[in-house]
Amino acid sequence: MARIRKLVPDVDANALIKEAGKLMPDASRRAFLRGAASLGALTMLTGCDIVDEDSAEGALRYVSRFNDRVQAFLFNQNKLAPTYTEADITRPFPFNAYYDLDEAPTVDPATYKFEISGLADYKKPWTLDELHALPEVSQITRHVCVEGWSAIGSWQGSVLSDFLKRIGADTRAKYLHFKCAEGYTETIDMPTALHPQTQMTFKFDNKILPRAYGFPMKIRIPTKLGFKQPKYVVAMEVTNVDRGGYWSNQGYNWFSGL
Amino acid sequence: MTAETLHITTPERATIHPAWVRVCHWINALAILVMIGSGWQIYNASPLFGFAFPGAITIGGWLAGALLWHFAAMWVLVINGLVYVTLGLATGRFRRKLLPVSPRAVVADIKAALTFKLSHDDLSHYNAVQKVLYLGIILMGVLIVASGVSIWKPVQFQELTALFGGYDAARYVHFAAMAAIVAFLVVHISLALIVPKSLRAMVTGR
Repeated sequence: MARIRKLVPDVDANALIKEAGKLMPDASRRAFLRGAASLGALTMLTGCDIVDEDSAEGALRYVSRFNDRVQAFLFNQNKLAPTYTEADITRPFPFNAYYDLDEAPTVDPATYKFEISGLADYKKPWTLDELHALPEVSQITRHVCVEGWSAIGSWQGSVLSDFLKRIGADTRAKYLHFKCAEGYTETIDMPTALHPQTQMTFKFDNKILPRAYGFPMKIRIPTKLGFKQPKYVVAMEVTNVDRGGYWSNQGYNWFSGL
Repeated sequence: MTAETLHITTPERATIHPAWVRVCHWINALAILVMIGSGWQIYNASPLFGFAFPGAITIGGWLAGALLWHFAAMWVLVINGLVYVTLGLATGRFRRKLLPVSPRAVVADIKAALTFKLSHDDLSHYNAVQKVLYLGIILMGVLIVASGVSIWKPVQFQELTALFGGYDAARYVHFAAMAAIVAFLVVHISLALIVPKSLRAMVTGR
């Protein structure tokens, strides 16, 4: 199955590029909803192209924002994602990004700093050693990609809501905004950030997170689609401003909850 | 005697499909076309089988666009479907039109259909094959929505997802329900074209 990709060191670069290509927009960004023009049935019924591209995109984005609110309403902070056993873990667990593994960021653990900003009392940057000293929890949960495939993985790290308490974050704020080493960004809602399974992840399968999975830190959120879970995280801001994210800025649904 | 009373007392001018059936039918037709076209584009991002749908017959242009169409049309499909099922049950139309249906009658009518002896003279009366297909497509509608919800919300509605055998299995159920609906549409549209007055009845009601 094409879903199961080989991992470091003998990673299949072509498969990875092909994979990333599916998530990426077609040659032109304006091709975004070009499919609307191929809505042949509509055109035939009305005798004209009723789907004006800009207004269709506007209307669809409006519904997507509405769907964000519906999903926020459906989200139950006490509803835990199903957990699995060691035997259920997908091996090898797929590498997935919009770039080839060769281009994945390499973070130097010696100089790494996790920066805190925004609505928090303690904004001292954290070294990797300090982060690794935090109490560790473990989860074996299902990772679901927006493309449809899923894989079961094992993640270890610290409960994000405990960390937010530790840094005196204002948990009445609406969002957490993350920045990543390669420039990827993501914004998540506070209720999801406070979910007991939302984890600052430092290990995969009880071993230090390999570069493929986001060394040195990934935010593991089993209640959200994969692209909402930043890897190579270098900074976090507690904020009331929705700063968007790499994929949701391009048209993917913002909340993307499971 | 006014034209209006004359109109009512003329039996051959009786309404075959009330307005609510026709409105629901055509809204559903549009919603299901968008759901299938965008669904095929979504499928292409991670195919379950060794094929992909040609881009020209999909909707959305790329994965994000297809997802936007899919999760917008879903509201039209579900709200319209709820109105249709509620009215179908409340008015007794489902019971009157679709029941009873026996296996023997279905076999007899299939035989009649294949030998071109099945009558379509009275459009207000459904033969056993029609009854089975219309009951089946309503059940497929329920199945495709339920499996779709379990793919969309496998954590919040995990009990429903588990009912389908988990997230991955629910994707196959969702696909199979789509395939059944497409197969139904092939038969349904072909027959509507072969018996054009049935198409006219779904537009004008008579």
